[in-house]
Amino acid sequence: MLLETIRLALTAITRNVLRSFLTVLGIVIGVAAVIAMVTVGQGSSEQVSANVESLGTNVLILRPGTRMMGPGARNTAPAFRLTDVQALEDLESLSAVAPVVSTSETAVYGNTNRTTTVTGTTSAYLETGGWQIARGRAFTPTEDRSGANVCIIGETVRTALFGATDPTGEKIRIKAISCEVIGLLTAKGAGSFGQDQDDMVLMPVRTVQRRLLGTQDVSSMSMQVAPGRSSDRAISDIQTLMRDRRHIAPGEEDNFSVNDMKELASMLNSVNSVLTGLLSSVAAVSLLVGGIGIMNIMLVSVTERTREIGIRLSVGAQASQVLMQFLVEAVVLSVLGGIVGILAGLGLAFVAAQIMAIPFSPSPGVVALAFGFSAVVGMVFGYFPARAAARLDPIEALRHQ
Amino acid sequence: MTVPLIELRGITRQYGSGEALVRALDGVDLRIDRGEFVAIMGPSGSGKSTAMNIIGCLDRPSAGNYLFNGVEVATLDQDQRALLRRHYLGFVFQGFNLLPRTTALENVELPLIYKGQPKAERAARARQALARVGLTGREDHTPSQLSGGQQQRVAIARALAGEPMVMLADEPTGNLDTRRSVEIMELLQQLNRDAGLTIVMVTHEEDMAAYASRLVVFTDGKVVRDEPTRARGA
Repeated sequence: MLLETIRLALTAITRNVLRSFLTVLGIVIGVAAVIAMVTVGQGSSEQVSANVESLGTNVLILRPGTRMMGPGARNTAPAFRLTDVQALEDLESLSAVAPVVSTSETAVYGNTNRTTTVTGTTSAYLETGGWQIARGRAFTPTEDRSGANVCIIGETVRTALFGATDPTGEKIRIKAISCEVIGLLTAKGAGSFGQDQDDMVLMPVRTVQRRLLGTQDVSSMSMQVAPGRSSDRAISDIQTLMRDRRHIAPGEEDNFSVNDMKELASMLNSVNSVLTGLLSSVAAVSLLVGGIGIMNIMLVSVTERTREIGIRLSVGAQASQVLMQFLVEAVVLSVLGGIVGILAGLGLAFVAAQIMAIPFSPSPGVVALAFGFSAVVGMVFGYFPARAAARLDPIEALRHQ
Repeated sequence: MTVPLIELRGITRQYGSGEALVRALDGVDLRIDRGEFVAIMGPSGSGKSTAMNIIGCLDRPSAGNYLFNGVEVATLDQDQRALLRRHYLGFVFQGFNLLPRTTALENVELPLIYKGQPKAERAARARQALARVGLTGREDHTPSQLSGGQQQRVAIARALAGEPMVMLADEPTGNLDTRRSVEIMELLQQLNRDAGLTIVMVTHEEDMAAYASRLVVFTDGKVVRDEPTRARGA
């Protein structure tokens, strides 16, 4: 009998496809929005986690200025020097210390060029950044120290300048220096903020300082915590050392900050999940509106089909069967809307994932939840019209024009 | 003495209260035996439709007893009356009351769905019923593709499909021209005579009432005449 009722509901729904579609549009949009939000949110969380892995584990970042999470009060504090790097290298709790000086420059090869970030550092950067050399080699210790005219390029720069050919051994020009490409980094893809991590040229720190910037400043350092050492311990070691080197009196605030990348990632993740939750709940409101849309049309439908209800009652349908018929119709309608919404939401999330370069990770739990929710919406909002239908008096209903 | 199929004893049906009290039926006694073809006539407001609704278990009397096949049904609740309609009664209406945009076959199957019959059996019975009213070949036509007379035949087939103990026809020819009306009446007469189907029919046309074997006339909520007809074509 239930199967029969479902078949009957499908017949009623397909009798006016356009109206049925418009009826469930609210549900479709609501479900699609929730699914898309959650799926994209999940994907970007995964992306952040993946980035943390790609950063290498237990990486600390040292920057001048007070503890900061955004641009602002950062420029007053003095930058670091290479002597600071040497001092930090002596700490037992750190296994690698890489200075970072960055500038934006145009790299030229033949008649192609690419404006990119040129980062002056040492080969320790490969360790702290979790980079692999895809082709060629890293800087030698001599190159690190001397400021040789060599560079390692990221995949994006390679594609822009060399296409698919092997760049190692070629010479590219950056400002006035001609430098030899000695290595190619393995591609990492987009970072936590959607930036392209592979759009980069690495050069020895001294080369960038002297030949490109004309300064001795080191703008930040990335450091690898030694195996078996806790990052908290490493942070306090760095703080003690740097306060001493920067002559900060006891009680005065640090004019530098040490950030654990994991901490940053977990914060990004929590911001992410708050945003996802917020947007999903806004989307969920449209599910409610969609439910009211279904109730509205079902009420109209009951009025339109008063005679049909009268006929059914006269041939022996019980009130509960009429109730069931209209309830099942509302549920089938909203479940169909839910299915369309799930497909649309997944499609939307897939496209968004492609555009934002994040993983597409549909969650079966959320899909099941959306499906169940749309069924519940149909039941709740279908009940009132169905009861109205079941309460009709057969004589009145048959007389209805 | 056999138990009558339908027995109304002192049936009263009133609407409203106080000044506005309307007594549609006022102590009606009526006995209908199996195999009868009864025509109920009367001016409008005489209570004939109310009596029909009570006999059809669509309405409940305010007072009195209604014995259907010897069983008191005046006090049954809504769901029990629905079951009674489902298993023992078949309705034919003036306005045909077929489901629109639904084929003749599906319309005839409708009561069988509520009887819980499986799809294949339903279709077979519905075809049989349509054949009995002479509509073989029209199974897949929707009401809008059928003439008024044909639509009423579908409605009769629908009433027959459930194999009822009695068919209740409320002005079955009211929307039809004379030729179609005669055809429908001949069909009802034939069902009554050949299959022994009990038929209770409300009409306001003497010509149509003449096809019945018995005439009951209502006036002001009371039975004022109850006599056999000289059956036409018999």
